[in-house]
Amino acid sequence: MTDKKQLLAKYKELPKKILNEIEKNTKELGLRETKKILDNVLKEFKNNKIMPGEAVGTIAAQSIGEPGTQMTMRTFHYAGVAELAVPQGLPRFIEIVDLRRKPKMPLMEIHLNQSIKEDKQKVVDFAEQIEDIPMVEFADVEEDFHEKVVRVTFKEETLVEHGTTLDNAIKKTEKEVRRKAKTTEGNQMIFKPGFTTLASLRRFTERILMTKLCGLKDINKAVVLEEPDGTGYYIKTDGSNLKEILKLKEVDTSRTTTNDIREIYDILGIEAVRSAIIKEAKEVLDTQGLKVNPRHVMLVADVMTYSGTVKPIGRQGVSGSKSSVLARAAFEETVKHLHTASIKGHVDNLTGITENIIVGQPVPIGTGLITLGMKE
Amino acid sequence: MLDSNVILEHILVPKHEILSKTQVEKFLKENKLEESQFPGISEEDPVIKAIKAKKGDLIKITRDSITAGESVYYRIVY
Repeated sequence: MTDKKQLLAKYKELPKKILNEIEKNTKELGLRETKKILDNVLKEFKNNKIMPGEAVGTIAAQSIGEPGTQMTMRTFHYAGVAELAVPQGLPRFIEIVDLRRKPKMPLMEIHLNQSIKEDKQKVVDFAEQIEDIPMVEFADVEEDFHEKVVRVTFKEETLVEHGTTLDNAIKKTEKEVRRKAKTTEGNQMIFKPGFTTLASLRRFTERILMTKLCGLKDINKAVVLEEPDGTGYYIKTDGSNLKEILKLKEVDTSRTTTNDIREIYDILGIEAVRSAIIKEAKEVLDTQGLKVNPRHVMLVADVMTYSGTVKPIGRQGVSGSKSSVLARAAFEETVKHLHTASIKGHVDNLTGITENIIVGQPVPIGTGLITLGMKE
Repeated sequence: MLDSNVILEHILVPKHEILSKTQVEKFLKENKLEESQFPGISEEDPVIKAIKAKKGDLIKITRDSITAGESVYYRIVY
């Protein structure tokens, strides 16, 4: 057995996945046969490698683009409680590739720790705690223009339901408006801010309504769902706030994710973005029933994350930061690029494809990339 | 600021390692590479902060790959 391990270790060129598969399937075979298989696999592997100079980017673009025309523009609606309209298909794919600042529907999947994930009631309680609920849900806020006071009447039951207390609510409200209440009786607070105009009193009321009593910012709705493997429950939210969610001790931080790629970049870094782009893009293609080789998607993700910051595909990102002036001018904003290049005296070294087509030279791609020298 | 373990143990984050000086030299020589040829990673990147890498360090990233099972990538901290 150890001999076989040593034999497998010799084939460093083969990827781990292939080696594992060979190891699994050659258990009954002897060393000689295994070696023969490995040699053949290696030969085949080398034959299937992409040649230097192959236009992988163009192939990737075509391979994603053609099935992309088959994608439906339809937006699905989840039925029932979990009613969330999530962009799917082409709109979502464009969103990923263009790196919109906020996705149309930011979503989070919050997985929970072993301690609470099996108890549905606890999960529901937790979901209620993280939901960002506006003040109006907790209290009736009345303005009395005659006496120039504002009355805030809390609904104690609702407060308790979302994991806060009346005292807490009173304190938080006072802190938000930076003013002590004139009187606090039971669940009623009366503010007398001392403003004389109606407009300023109205502004004061709005300040009260801004108070955040519970929940995390941007988490608008939290829905409890069953884990597909049946090991308990997880939470899906409308709205995303990865940073705050990952701070909570109930959360299984290693599996909790968001679909907001820019947020992932800020919190988990560039490599996480690459994984996320691949995951999201693959998900879109899979749900649409399109078979695209994942290598093309991986290439897109690599190009977007190459520099260390995430760049969208397009004018603002990858295409707009090409080094060649002519290539940029050929893409979009022709005049702008030629103009600034002539003012600043930029040089185009004609190393790319577009530039060479423009000046009518062989392109440095495929066989055009190789130059031969004569030996004397 | 998030706990660095939270970042490093996340499923989306692959394993990052700082290569030592001798490892870097050996690697560059074996593959005939120069430091300027590597993809970058920001000094401000949360993972870079978590593993306390400095400017100019070469980072070895071992990713889980759908196609190859495991793939190795390198980035240089700028």
